[in-house]
Amino acid sequence: MDVRSRDYADLARTIIEDTPGVRKAVSGATAAFDAARRRAYAEIDAEAWRRWAEGVKNHVLTHLDQYLEEAEARLQENGAKVHWAGNAQEARHIVAELAQARGVRSVVKGKSMLTEEIELNPALEERGIHVYETDLGEYILQLLDEAPSHILGPAIHRSLEDVQALFADRLGTAADALPDDLAAAARTELRARFQEADMGVSGGNFLVAETGTLALIENEGNIRLTTSLPRIHVALVGIEKLLPTFGDLAGFLQLTARAGTGQAIGCFVSLIQGPATAPGDDGPEEVHIVLVDNGRTDVLADEHAWETLRCVRCGACLNTCPVYKQTGGHAYGWVYSGPIGAVLDPGLLGLEQTAPLPFASSLCGACFDACPVRIPIPDLLLHWRRAAQARGLTPLSERAGLKAFTAMATRPALYRYLGRVGPRLAGSSLFRRLPVLSGWTEHREPPEPSPRRFRDLWSEGIGE
Amino acid sequence: MKVALFVTCLADHYFAEAAADAVRLLRHLGCEVSFPNTQTCCGQPAHNAGMAEEALKMAEHTSGVLKDAEHVVVPSGSCAAMITKAYPALGLGNGPSSRTWELGAFVRRHLDIASLGRGLEGRSVAYHQGCHALRELGLETESIELLEGAGAHVVDWPSATECCGFGGLFSTKMPPVSTAMADAKLDSLPQVDWVVSGDPGCLLQLSSRARRTGNDLRFRHLASVLWEAADGRA
Ligand code: SF4
Repeated sequence: MDVRSRDYADLARTIIEDTPGVRKAVSGATAAFDAARRRAYAEIDAEAWRRWAEGVKNHVLTHLDQYLEEAEARLQENGAKVHWAGNAQEARHIVAELAQARGVRSVVKGKSMLTEEIELNPALEERGIHVYETDLGEYILQLLDEAPSHILGPAIHRSLEDVQALFADRLGTAADALPDDLAAAARTELRARFQEADMGVSGGNFLVAETGTLALIENEGNIRLTTSLPRIHVALVGIEKLLPTFGDLAGFLQLTARAGTGQAIGCFVSLIQGPATAPGDDGPEEVHIVLVDNGRTDVLADEHAWETLRCVRCGACLNTCPVYKQTGGHAYGWVYSGPIGAVLDPGLLGLEQTAPLPFASSLCGACFDACPVRIPIPDLLLHWRRAAQARGLTPLSERAGLKAFTAMATRPALYRYLGRVGPRLAGSSLFRRLPVLSGWTEHREPPEPSPRRFRDLWSEGIGE
Repeated sequence: MKVALFVTCLADHYFAEAAADAVRLLRHLGCEVSFPNTQTCCGQPAHNAGMAEEALKMAEHTSGVLKDAEHVVVPSGSCAAMITKAYPALGLGNGPSSRTWELGAFVRRHLDIASLGRGLEGRSVAYHQGCHALRELGLETESIELLEGAGAHVVDWPSATECCGFGGLFSTKMPPVSTAMADAKLDSLPQVDWVVSGDPGCLLQLSSRARRTGNDLRFRHLASVLWEAADGRA
């Protein structure tokens, strides 16, 4: 996926002005998720759970080398093969080579943001291997040739009517088919794909170092099939996904489900230790775990941004974000969107490509309250803003304006003098032409200045 | 009790009467109010824009202005949060942070006043919770208790705690997103006499957008409404 984050403002404008249905669909779906999350948090001592989870993740991230080695050893004992990918290209290469060497012609996939991040599908298709998305949302997007717009609900920007029209056209369902019928049609279609697939590709929510267990949470059952039916299972897992113990996993499975969908636990939790060991056993013949860095160790080395690596990709921050709600994820121009995308993308891709994202926030702070691992997203937005300003990645007029304002506002006499006239220019044509101010008046009336400033009222004496 | 008013740049220029009402209210409640004349802006615009050096200069200036104040009262939750939360993070831990209050919180919590009078009897009000007051200062009920204590009916507004989309510079950098956020709030608003908020920035955002879309709602700063509650005058 081409990185288009530099165009955030334009992408957002186009979505809001040209496709009002997106705002409606995203607002509605996220509001439902967010309400479910609030209810689910209220049932537990959410603050205590969040602090616990933050602590576990911090511990893992500060002992990452040790846990990665432990996980690799356990996975190998379990019969799984472990691969290390330093970047996206290496990860793609590993999977494509595995597939080609084993004569794989067809791959089924469970939803995985990491495979979007490393652009796996085109790499497989280039080699003549068919790739089928089996998550319902991802399946819809594959038919539409669109990118996901939400970590958890990839097709959240599409309405029921959109899907009815798509399926009527492609699967022959009735134009007014109910959601259950649409799901049934997709299921029939996908059954055949599952049966013919030689390889299943998944992500991974957690990887337990103590036991070498890969854990996957889902609600549709497609991941269970993807990881158990084909003869080869390949899981792509970010190196930050580790948990020390099986007990930690028990906590994270619950907290992640509560945060993401408001469930006490996902409908399906798959715990994968390794391949089938004896003839006749269930499960794939081969299990490969590809541990992917792709910029994560750089993020880990950043004294502020490393906290983003606690992220469990639950989507709670997107669901509660009033900025994300207006556009959905496509405005952010890359795989990870919303509050977490605004602080993770600069770390993974570099600020040059992503500089507007940390500014795509009103700093309302709702994301922090929702995040199950207490990532201080508002602080990190400021961190990236400071870096963007220091490196000159923001408009010069903005920096010059703030410097001028500071110069004025640290000289009280000058401030008092200019303050007498400044706000009165607000209604004038000059006001409408200054770049910062035209941004205000394009969609709003100019603010109405008070007839007299407070400090004038004060010096004249404020009667009781 | 001695109180210094930190009026904020926005209230000074756009909500001057409301700031004057804050002075009237505080005096009515027995406070001796001063206005340190060299005050300007708390520095939040620079801080939120990521202009670290400028933010620090402004914070140092304001800390100096307020250094002798026993209590600082601010008719803005956002600027109060800047002084109490961001100044220590900028390394000004011994500044005015621990002595600074948002107006509603000062009256309700510090002065411990539950009812200012019955001046709002029969009024229906939507209260917009400013994000920084709500999430950084943890002020959720203070102002509402004062409004209700004076007889106002504070309506159930589904998006009361959602951001209005102001966000300082954000409002001019990303105008379509910012105004879509304001619309989301305004569209969910029940029938009320006034929309009240303790934050000048939010009031500017919501009222300017409402006027542009032909909505004649009345927006009022908390200070004026609380003074009316105490004084009984409209
Ligand atoms: S940042 Fe927090 S809330 Fe957002 S997706 Fe990650 S874990 Fe979930």
